[in-house]
Amino acid sequence: MTVLHERRPPADPATRAAAVRAAARRMRLHVLNMGEVQGQGYVGQALGVADMLAVAYVDQLRLRPDDEHWPERDRFLLSTGHYAIALYAALAEAGTIPVEELETYGSDGSRLPMSGMASYTPGMEISGGSLGHGLTVAVGMALGLRHQGSDARVFTFLSDGELDEGSTWESAMGAAHHRLGHLTAMVDMNALQADGKTDTVMRIEPAEDKWAAAGWFTQRVDGNDVEALLAAFDAAAEQAAPAGRPSVVLCDTRIGRGVPLLETREKAHFMRIDPDEWELCRRQLAEGDS
Amino acid sequence: MTTVTTTAPKRLTTSAMIASFADPGQRTASAPFGHALAALAERDDRVVGLTADLGKYTDMQVFAEAHPDRFFQMGMAEQLLFGAAAGMAEVGLVPFASTYSVFAARRAYDFLCLDAAEPNLNVNIVGGLPGLTTGYGPSHQATEDIAIFRGMPNLTIVDPCDSVDIEQAVPQLAAHDGPTYLRLLRGKVPTVLDEYDYTFRLGKASVLREGRDVVFVSSGLMTMRALQAAEKLAGHNVDVAVVHTPTIKPFDAETVVAQIDTDRLAVTLENHTVIGGLFETVASAVVRAGLGRRVLPVALPDEFLAAGALPTLHDRYGLATDRVVEKVLAALG
Repeated sequence: MTVLHERRPPADPATRAAAVRAAARRMRLHVLNMGEVQGQGYVGQALGVADMLAVAYVDQLRLRPDDEHWPERDRFLLSTGHYAIALYAALAEAGTIPVEELETYGSDGSRLPMSGMASYTPGMEISGGSLGHGLTVAVGMALGLRHQGSDARVFTFLSDGELDEGSTWESAMGAAHHRLGHLTAMVDMNALQADGKTDTVMRIEPAEDKWAAAGWFTQRVDGNDVEALLAAFDAAAEQAAPAGRPSVVLCDTRIGRGVPLLETREKAHFMRIDPDEWELCRRQLAEGDS
Repeated sequence: MTTVTTTAPKRLTTSAMIASFADPGQRTASAPFGHALAALAERDDRVVGLTADLGKYTDMQVFAEAHPDRFFQMGMAEQLLFGAAAGMAEVGLVPFASTYSVFAARRAYDFLCLDAAEPNLNVNIVGGLPGLTTGYGPSHQATEDIAIFRGMPNLTIVDPCDSVDIEQAVPQLAAHDGPTYLRLLRGKVPTVLDEYDYTFRLGKASVLREGRDVVFVSSGLMTMRALQAAEKLAGHNVDVAVVHTPTIKPFDAETVVAQIDTDRLAVTLENHTVIGGLFETVASAVVRAGLGRRVLPVALPDEFLAAGALPTLHDRYGLATDRVVEKVLAALG
């Protein structure tokens, strides 16, 4: 288990990246194990964003795993409630929830419902799911924390589909207007939403231009390249935060990343995996590690 | 001694957005909400104010000028306004967020419901122009705001009568842990309830006036009209009780049902459509209690209302005092 510290320990780039990659591997295995419980779920997306969440939870967030209400903690807001399976894996990695609890995922009475809700799960800051909400709440948290004199940072995770929502752009303008340099948005650009490919549902490109026009420090990276992710967060902290510019990291991710069977399967918002395929998925994930 | 000028007021005929429903010569207080919030903030450093480009028109400007470092302009973006208010409450602040009632109820519902009400946060919604308090037409007339909001779990709904209600309600709304919705009366707001032995208590109805023949159950500015109608009905030898129910949810059914469970004619009066507001709140309480009593509604019709001057519209749609008197006399036969 990765031990998280209140302050990120200094480490050379190779050590940081290795720690993130190791965590992401464990998180992907957690995702497969949870997915098998229900035989379904947003497994493809969760595998795709494991590197993004690993960077957040292993490298960036200042947390106390045993004190989810610590006032000085950095906030991580999962706007995409259906990505809860990915966040549970991260919270298990962070030590906020026990690994053995993951097998209750989606079951009656579980603290780990299929759509993430703050009232159910330790470490879940908000109830996402109605898309386009996370960034509005994040703006208020960032304003409130700054007003209170806190130096805590606010991270919010959203998906490319959420860029369709008007509230996302209300918030983008509001964050820039209020100079929220301690606010970072991570966008999963997996190019897929419920009714099909993002560019067929609603064209959002050029996404970088839109965020930049709204006043954000905008970077676009391969969301499965850990070094690139780390460099993007470092650049945001060094260049944008002191200038009072909110940061967005647009992360192009590959659905099913780490499991070739799923990477090459026809992309679907809600991926169906047959009972005999889970073991194959785990094997492929392990082979990728070797 | 102050003399109130009594030259015959010129009848308003404009459909302006901002209009007063105060009667000519009536005592008023200026911006009671803004002053109450500014005063509360002196005592409670958790209090902050937000608006969506309507600070001047929701009296939030008074707070903003008194506490500029605690005021947040969110632009004309109501979804952001209430999502951000929820975020502020998440970190322990006590936000009051103002816009017009139509925009809070119709445009930002999902954000209020899921970001403020579901986590039961101390987010205080301040809605201007509730019901028929503008002659601007359906774009700004929140005739169904209570109907929209009543189904939202955890939300407390307050429909104040006057400046006394507002001044006393603001600190109680802040002290209440969950989300609240205040049907704001702004600008020069009538001062009425200080003439009665009355104190605003969140969640409680109050009997303002006893009467043998008729019982009025009213909220919001219609309590002012109810009191005026009761005076006029006394001239017709009709003795009217007035029960003021400023909290619509949770509703003080115990007090109201006890008042209706008599032989008196029961009348509800509200500045809201007859669908889903005070009338139906009272009716459901009466049915739950097993009473087979008739309740006569004074309310706005189930339709989109016209533009026009407020006195014209209140007369047309039955909220004017004289229309209330006529309705009661007709019902009594």
